[in-house]
Amino acid sequence: MNLKLKALTKSLWVFHLAASPCNNCDIEILDALTPRFDLERFGIQLVGSIRHADAILVTGSMNRKSSERLKRVIGQAPKPCFVIAVGNCSCSTEMFGKSYNETKPLDSVVPVDAYIVGCPPKPEAMIQAVAALVEAKLAAARKQG
Amino acid sequence: MARSKTIIPIGPYHPLQEEPEFFKLHVEGERVVELEIELGYNHRGIEKLAEDLSYDQVPFLVERICGICSSSHPFAGVMATEDVAGVEIPERAKYIRTFIGELERIHSHLLWLGLAGHFLGYNTVWMWAWKYREPVLDLFELLTGNRNHYGMMKPGGVRRDFADEDLAQAVKVLDSLVKPTMMFRDVALSDPVLQARTKHIGVLSKQDCIELGALGPTARASGVPIDVRKDHPYAAYDRVDFDIVTATNGDIFDKVVVRVLEILESIKICKQCCQKLLTVKDGIDANLTDIPPGEGVGTHEAPRGEVIHYIRSDGTNRPVRYKIRAPSFMNVPTNKRAVVGYTVSDATITLAAIDPCYCCTERTVVFDAATGKALMTGKDLLALSHEKTRNLREKYSSRMDKIWI
Amino acid sequence: MADEVIQGFRERFGSAILEVHEKSPRRTFIAVDPKRLPDIAEYCYKELGCRFSIATGTHLTGGVEILYHFALDRAHRFLNLRVVLDLEKPSIESIAARVPAAEWVEREMHELLGIEFKHHPDMRHLLLADDWPDGSYPLRRDWKAGGDGDNGKK
Repeated sequence: MNLKLKALTKSLWVFHLAASPCNNCDIEILDALTPRFDLERFGIQLVGSIRHADAILVTGSMNRKSSERLKRVIGQAPKPCFVIAVGNCSCSTEMFGKSYNETKPLDSVVPVDAYIVGCPPKPEAMIQAVAALVEAKLAAARKQG
Repeated sequence: MARSKTIIPIGPYHPLQEEPEFFKLHVEGERVVELEIELGYNHRGIEKLAEDLSYDQVPFLVERICGICSSSHPFAGVMATEDVAGVEIPERAKYIRTFIGELERIHSHLLWLGLAGHFLGYNTVWMWAWKYREPVLDLFELLTGNRNHYGMMKPGGVRRDFADEDLAQAVKVLDSLVKPTMMFRDVALSDPVLQARTKHIGVLSKQDCIELGALGPTARASGVPIDVRKDHPYAAYDRVDFDIVTATNGDIFDKVVVRVLEILESIKICKQCCQKLLTVKDGIDANLTDIPPGEGVGTHEAPRGEVIHYIRSDGTNRPVRYKIRAPSFMNVPTNKRAVVGYTVSDATITLAAIDPCYCCTERTVVFDAATGKALMTGKDLLALSHEKTRNLREKYSSRMDKIWI
Repeated sequence: MADEVIQGFRERFGSAILEVHEKSPRRTFIAVDPKRLPDIAEYCYKELGCRFSIATGTHLTGGVEILYHFALDRAHRFLNLRVVLDLEKPSIESIAARVPAAEWVEREMHELLGIEFKHHPDMRHLLLADDWPDGSYPLRRDWKAGGDGDNGKK
């Protein structure tokens, strides 16, 4: 199997990017690192630079002030890199779609690998989603041979 | 001519071109000489969106202004609606609202305590504060169906009732929080490194607070005794016993102590509400059907300070105007006075001390005041803060009876 | 206490106090002459000891209204000062120099409603992007999204 992909699926390093969130998803992401869920025992940790990211968790909708910039930031991540939309706002703009500040869902700006719905999604949902994503990528890679 | 000193170089990731900054610090050497604040990255046009929704839909929208104090906006909003209509809600609904508001204060202050610990380099404080926060979120899930965004407030009352056996569980959880909270209080009062990091740092004077209209623990830590729960009593706050907590120096230390002691007061209030809810059973909904033309104001003491909502009605089922003001709108400008004059390694904790949203403190950039050159990001500032704590720990290690971390 | 406060306003500002509506013991709405508003606001803040809570701008059919919400905390009361400005070119003197807490909300009302606050120290955008089109005020009732401002969801 592709060595890069194999390496990617172990100890995922995650970069958190907030677009225009209410912060609930961000707090639940941080919560996943705290003792009850303790993601760090899987080697998953939040990194300070997007250059080190294997996965990018994006919360909140894109808006007029942030869309272009976030597109560029995500473009900076070394590939392969999973882009994960966390929460209803980044999946679909939730109830902010008609805003005059031009809110948009994440996949209108960059391709998205996984959608974690919820307002906010529970940490268990996020862990399940990341595990499912990794499994799906591995299965796809195995198929390719 | 000011000499600049590159403390930590900016990495290959340049936030300047990418993410909108919230705080721009200008430094001369190690001293912060100016702070620029830029809002708007989070602007979703909620006031305008509210004009297209009916009065019973609006609480769901405004709940999502802030995830941490998510019931505080609906709380103020439904009270503004009831103010327009001139309606009283049942007493049981008042106790339930009060309980939710105070439980939220507990979780929010524990959250802040954890983040403050993280910013100071005490990751154990972060982990422990959030560990003790989990049972509070479990309690929310038990009582309301969700860990956050509980959807409890509606014009006329509350959307769900509490069962007596759930109240018993609530009291158990509240009792279990007292000891850990006292532990945090004792740590704050005795740890020399924590005191060295927070005493006389980021001082906001009483005069500054009054001039800028600062609110909540930010103001109370500077000796301004304002609290909506006492100044404009609402819900069941005039029927429960509690004290408001104030301090005098307005430094970071006082802000820590005020919030920790407020957790203890909130536990007191919640337990009294649980007691009353066993006997006060007059309904949870005033069954409001019409909002007459007029206007109303609703205010609530959120964990960060006064939330105010104003509604203008023309008698239809949608507001003509829906004004929202979160407490951080008044507290954030105080950073200009609290951060300037102190060192850049204290910037992170000072900016965080007013309890803004977490993402705001991430979006910080430091510029050299003389050349305008970017020196470091929010994450670098965090590393600086951790370094200062490490150095202080070495300095105080002989004086410390127990190693906290 | 209630009567004393209103009495104080009338004695001090006479005909500049246009109308007083005591909606409830805790909510008083006082319509005032826009030209005297800065003096009355300063009186609330400095002499009555009110706390400036926020201001609401509303675009109505008869004019652009601003409500300045002052909290008289010790009396459990909100004094809401109302001014009605010209519909086409709403303009009023800024109170930021006298009531520093009002600085940000005046910037917000300017960019969202197009109200001119004369002598305001810093009229930059507060919430809207710097490239937001001039003359486009989203909180006005007749604001329509157009061009690149349209979410395309109408």
